[in-house]
Amino acid sequence: MNLNDWISRNTFHHSQFWDLKQLIEDKEKLGLTISLCLPTLNEEKTIGKEIILFKSELMDRYPLVDEIAVVDSGSIDKTREIAAAFGADVYLSSEILPQVGEKKGKGENLWKAVYQLKGDIICYVDADIANIHPRFAYGLIAPLIYNEQMKYVKAFYDRPLAFSQGVRPSGGGRVTEILVRPLFSLFFPELTCLIQPLSGEYAVRREVLEQIPFPIGYGVETAHILDVYQRWGLDAFGQTDLDQRVHRNQSTLSLGKMAFGILRTFLARSEVLGSTADMKQFSTVLRQFQAQNEKYEQIEHEIVEEERPPMNTLPEYREKFGKEYISSKGTSSTG
Amino acid sequence: MKKSYQNIEEIIAEMPAIREICISLRETLLANLVMLGEIPAPTFHEAARVNFLLQRFSECGLTSTSSDECGNGFGILPGRDSERNILMLAHADTVFSAQRNHTVSVRAGKITGPGIADNSLGLAVLATLPTLLEKLEIKLNSGLVLMGAARSLGRGDLEGIRFFLENNKIPITAGICVEGVRLGRLSYASAGMLRGEITCRVPEEYDWIRRGATGAILVLNEVVNRILGIPLPRRPQTSIALGSIEAGEGFNIIPTEGILRFEVRSESSEIVRQIASELDDIMAEVMSKTGAEVTLDIVARREPAGLTIGHPLVKQTREIMNALDLRPHITPSISEISVMIARGIPAVTIGITEGERLQEPRETVLLEPMFTGLTQLVAVLLAIDGGFCNEPE
Repeated sequence: MNLNDWISRNTFHHSQFWDLKQLIEDKEKLGLTISLCLPTLNEEKTIGKEIILFKSELMDRYPLVDEIAVVDSGSIDKTREIAAAFGADVYLSSEILPQVGEKKGKGENLWKAVYQLKGDIICYVDADIANIHPRFAYGLIAPLIYNEQMKYVKAFYDRPLAFSQGVRPSGGGRVTEILVRPLFSLFFPELTCLIQPLSGEYAVRREVLEQIPFPIGYGVETAHILDVYQRWGLDAFGQTDLDQRVHRNQSTLSLGKMAFGILRTFLARSEVLGSTADMKQFSTVLRQFQAQNEKYEQIEHEIVEEERPPMNTLPEYREKFGKEYISSKGTSSTG
Repeated sequence: MKKSYQNIEEIIAEMPAIREICISLRETLLANLVMLGEIPAPTFHEAARVNFLLQRFSECGLTSTSSDECGNGFGILPGRDSERNILMLAHADTVFSAQRNHTVSVRAGKITGPGIADNSLGLAVLATLPTLLEKLEIKLNSGLVLMGAARSLGRGDLEGIRFFLENNKIPITAGICVEGVRLGRLSYASAGMLRGEITCRVPEEYDWIRRGATGAILVLNEVVNRILGIPLPRRPQTSIALGSIEAGEGFNIIPTEGILRFEVRSESSEIVRQIASELDDIMAEVMSKTGAEVTLDIVARREPAGLTIGHPLVKQTREIMNALDLRPHITPSISEISVMIARGIPAVTIGITEGERLQEPRETVLLEPMFTGLTQLVAVLLAIDGGFCNEPE
């Protein structure tokens, strides 16, 4: 595949979708329902503003979104209280599918949202975005409405524009550029078309979400990209430039943990790389250093990237949505 | 809502129902507030904010949605009587530079961000009002001209409203200025005002030993001390605000230039003139004493004018405030109403909510009182529209 062709065909800018009236007409013609999911853990500073903007602009003014849900990991601040006060549906992750237990991690919330929410499309938006704007949702949802073959639309935030110093380098964050892009370049060169594979905002069709597993921690975005790519190919992806995103900056040590989790997720899919790595042989411990005065100390972090299975393997899900189980090999059976 | 009102009491009786509808539009108002508040709009650079306002007006189906060559933005809600029009405006500019982080934060019960009270909230109210009136099923007799006024603050010197009133062809019968803060504010008269910059330049070859002083800061300090020595009468009310001072870049480099910005306000134009004359004397004296060059640049001037407290517009507004348990805080204004009143258009300025840390980067407005503020605004609008604020012919 000519990657430049793909980029020009499947890469968008949110301003292309300014006509929300048109978007809603097309949505209604297709009979689609759309859910907006905000996974949270202690986001009281930003959650109220996100809900106000999305509810006012994308539910009241332009009814693009049919439900706005906060799936919370057990915040100890006022996240859930504020979200409910501004009109979002608020769920505690541990109370969704309680029979499958509770695991801690953003991926767990995303996975449980597939069961709890009703939309044919689910748009996930992180709750820590300081400069939130309705474009963060409609910019990702619109390509799915206008392009039937597209299944998974990711956000990116840095525009490769010409500027006075020449061409501005564009790309993802530090973990993307140091870890994920080199891995993709080595093993899946086509996936390097994705400008920010780790961005936390994406809109996905239910038919995809229910068929892919969800690592509960750092690896969920990487796993999704690899699994969707293997199953549906590069044309299933779209990406939308949402301009700037202002959010909390993470420390290098936190990014180290993220990189470790992503690497484990990547290696767990080693079968598709042509090798058969047994993940049980690999360490689950990340070692980092911290220094106090003249003393250096090694800190160990246990990072196990547990995965939730594809949602359509759960009888509860198949019963709720009247679905058949379709295995990754394409064979089907009823619940 | 009722189709027409026979007197102000009927409007007051409707206020609880109006308030309920205002509350139902909470997310719409707050979304407008957040989005407007995050668009920087220093004076002379309001275009992006005004464009957003115009987009809102268009979406609400207002006619004649447009901006003029001064940068003001308009939307018109036509009434039954084309000869009567009410101008409702909020200034679109803020005192904050575009370089400042304009992120707005929403917490339980309060919203914070630079310029959120002065005057993003006023603009957000304008952006929300057409939806509110539609939901209230209010059809006005008068046309309603909604205006985001550009070039209002500082050196802008109310250029936006002046330009509009000089060039406008629509007959304006009354005006309401909307300010974010504070609820209960009632301005119906404008103070006399003189706003200026005193610039001090010390020559490079300044004889430091002979003068025994160091640079522009001390010369400005001398100017400040002299200004503070000007006697101010208690009646008519008069004040001098020293708003900002700029000089120097570091710890040990003596600055050769400094600027002092100030504003004189008085209920009497004669006192303003006297103070202006004293400022001239002060500068001449400081120049001769220090050898520095001191210049005064007057950037804005207003003559005092106003309605009387007995004017029906003021009276009915107070009545509405009393019915909402608001204690009217009567304060003279130097804002847009001064231009309207000077042109014989009766006008008042009213506030929407309570606020904190005004004109600081963490300016904050309270959510709950906004609904009372909106109710008050709609009631004043209905009172004007019903003809209850006209002076007897």
